[in-house]
Amino acid sequence: MSAASEHHPDLPPPRRQLGVLGWLRRNLFSTWYNSLLTLLAGYLLVRYAIPVINWALVEARFAGADASACDTEGACWLFVRERLGFFIYGFYPEALRWRVNIVFVLLAAAFAPQLIERFPGRRWLGLFGLTAFPVIALVLIRGGVLGLEAVPTADWGGLMLTLVLAYGGIFAALPVGTVLALGRRSDMPVIRGLSVVFIEVWRAVPLITVLFMASVMLPLFLPEGVNFDKLLRALIGIIMFQSAYMAEVVRGGLQAIPRGQYEAADALGLGYWRKMGLVILPQALKLVIPGIVNTFISLFKDTSLVLIIGLFDLLGTVQATIIDPAWSDVATEGYVFVAAVFWVFCFGLSRYSQDLERKLDTGHRER
Amino acid sequence: MKRLVSLLTSLGVVAALAASATVAAADNSTLATVKERGQLICGVNSGLPGFSATDADGNWAGLDVDFCRAVAAAIFDDPQKVRFVPLTAKERFTALQSGEIDVLSRNTTWTLTRDASLGVNFAGTTYYDGQGFLVKKSLGVDSARQLSGATVCVLAGTTTELNLADYFRKNGMEYNPLVLENSDQTISAFNAGRCDVLTSDQSQLNALRIKLPEPSAAKVLPEVISKEPLGPAVRQGDDQWYDIIKWTLFTLINAEELGVNSNNVADMQDADNPTIRRMLGSSGDMGEKLGLPADFGTRIIKHVGNYAEIYRRNVGADSPLELERGVNALWTDGGLMYAPPIR
Repeated sequence: MSAASEHHPDLPPPRRQLGVLGWLRRNLFSTWYNSLLTLLAGYLLVRYAIPVINWALVEARFAGADASACDTEGACWLFVRERLGFFIYGFYPEALRWRVNIVFVLLAAAFAPQLIERFPGRRWLGLFGLTAFPVIALVLIRGGVLGLEAVPTADWGGLMLTLVLAYGGIFAALPVGTVLALGRRSDMPVIRGLSVVFIEVWRAVPLITVLFMASVMLPLFLPEGVNFDKLLRALIGIIMFQSAYMAEVVRGGLQAIPRGQYEAADALGLGYWRKMGLVILPQALKLVIPGIVNTFISLFKDTSLVLIIGLFDLLGTVQATIIDPAWSDVATEGYVFVAAVFWVFCFGLSRYSQDLERKLDTGHRER
Repeated sequence: MKRLVSLLTSLGVVAALAASATVAAADNSTLATVKERGQLICGVNSGLPGFSATDADGNWAGLDVDFCRAVAAAIFDDPQKVRFVPLTAKERFTALQSGEIDVLSRNTTWTLTRDASLGVNFAGTTYYDGQGFLVKKSLGVDSARQLSGATVCVLAGTTTELNLADYFRKNGMEYNPLVLENSDQTISAFNAGRCDVLTSDQSQLNALRIKLPEPSAAKVLPEVISKEPLGPAVRQGDDQWYDIIKWTLFTLINAEELGVNSNNVADMQDADNPTIRRMLGSSGDMGEKLGLPADFGTRIIKHVGNYAEIYRRNVGADSPLELERGVNALWTDGGLMYAPPIR
């Protein structure tokens, strides 16, 4: 006779808590009101998601010879496909589009690796993206030098124009905004006054007004025969507007830095610029990354407002083509396409900012 | 340091773009400026089916666009030497006044206020438009007079809205306006049955009608409740340029009247008819008087065709719009198209 020294194996949990059934029970039908909500959500999903999927994928037309191929109830993605060149490049001459393609590739090469930790030479690529890239991009897109055929800005359009405006705006708004923020906190009354006036004036007018003034009023003030490039006018307007916002974001960061940091920098004998550049700004900018990226994202989306001054950005090219009588009603397809493109870019920006926050986190935040 | 570098680079970008700001000699005539530039700059609508719209390759096409091509053909003997600047309704006159464009060909209605107080001159009418009504055939309405009590889809902030109110008040009828922001929305609302009637310029009603799933189930009523003569405009103060634009239009119309088109223009140069010979430059010095080459008429017809061809191609039978000539027929056919003689 031996004692039952062996441990009795655990019984499996009751059947109703295992597998799919158990998961459903735990997560979807745990109480009567959760069951009710599940049923309601399920009903809404079936009622609305299925027709959308049906429209967007099942009955959609992706290929075909011409507009007559879109004879179903579904989406006519063929339209987007046919006009994709126009949506991306606008009126940019077809033979020269390779130049824009190079710019796209360089842009992707400089910034896409930033999302991948441990990518070799990532920092250098980033530095390239902020220094040499804009110059190369401008030369390639605009031409007129180095034997490249010049392409007037009036021919720029589509996604390319959206990216030019967004990149130009982001690229200039951050440094200008930082300078303005420092100016606003300066001890010198004239500089402080100018910064405050600039920020408050630009922040107090809507961007649409700024663009409108730039395109409709400004030419009337200039002497006859003198014309500023319309794109440049719009870009300057966007930069001014966004740098005012950026200044306030950066100022928030500056104010969050404890006084001790300023005093410590002073005690080390650092001058103003070195104090700001080496001690204060690196900490302040890091604190306000979410705010900065927020401003960038809103800037990116605001670029579509140039539509009202007759520039063909991505949204403009789509709006100009959905009225084509050769196609039946393709407005929904066009707008969905624009929304998807904007989402991809903004989502990318947002992911990058989260990544950056994690990496630069040195324990200031409570976890 | 890095920040400084990027700041400097961005300043460089701005400076480079600023260098592209063009300074045209102010004392030169428009014609001289255009010739020197080697290109005509023409302001058009950013998207209006049949008048100015872009095709799949991003090329401009339409009635307003073809008029600019005719001007370019007269000056350069090349209809491609024209750059199109898409303009919004609000920008169009500023762009013309500031010299950003040479000619405005953007479905612009010729009105007294615009002609007299905006510093522009209208060079004639390329298309006689007018506001009309689109209804579903199932409504069983044959005249706008039967529309009392109807819900009407109309675009916000346009003269269309005012004309509509005037028309219904004048005829003692009631209506419910459904005001919408853009033309996509008007046709969607009409299709969904949110309104019984859609009102807009007649040329646009047809463009919208063919967007319906069943275009034949809707029709445009015969009543036209406003006058919208659309035509090209130029800056005041340069009469030679004004004359060139006017006579480009008159040449298109005269060519149709005289039976000269892009196919027979080469033979017609030797025609016996002295009027045709003058128009095509085989005799006389008509071109010289305008500051153009003698054969400017031949150039226009050869490259762009006469008015009938332009109409047919862009808004008429050969286009999706399939608009009848109607009031836009020649005066000899009972329409309003009438051009002064070339002599």
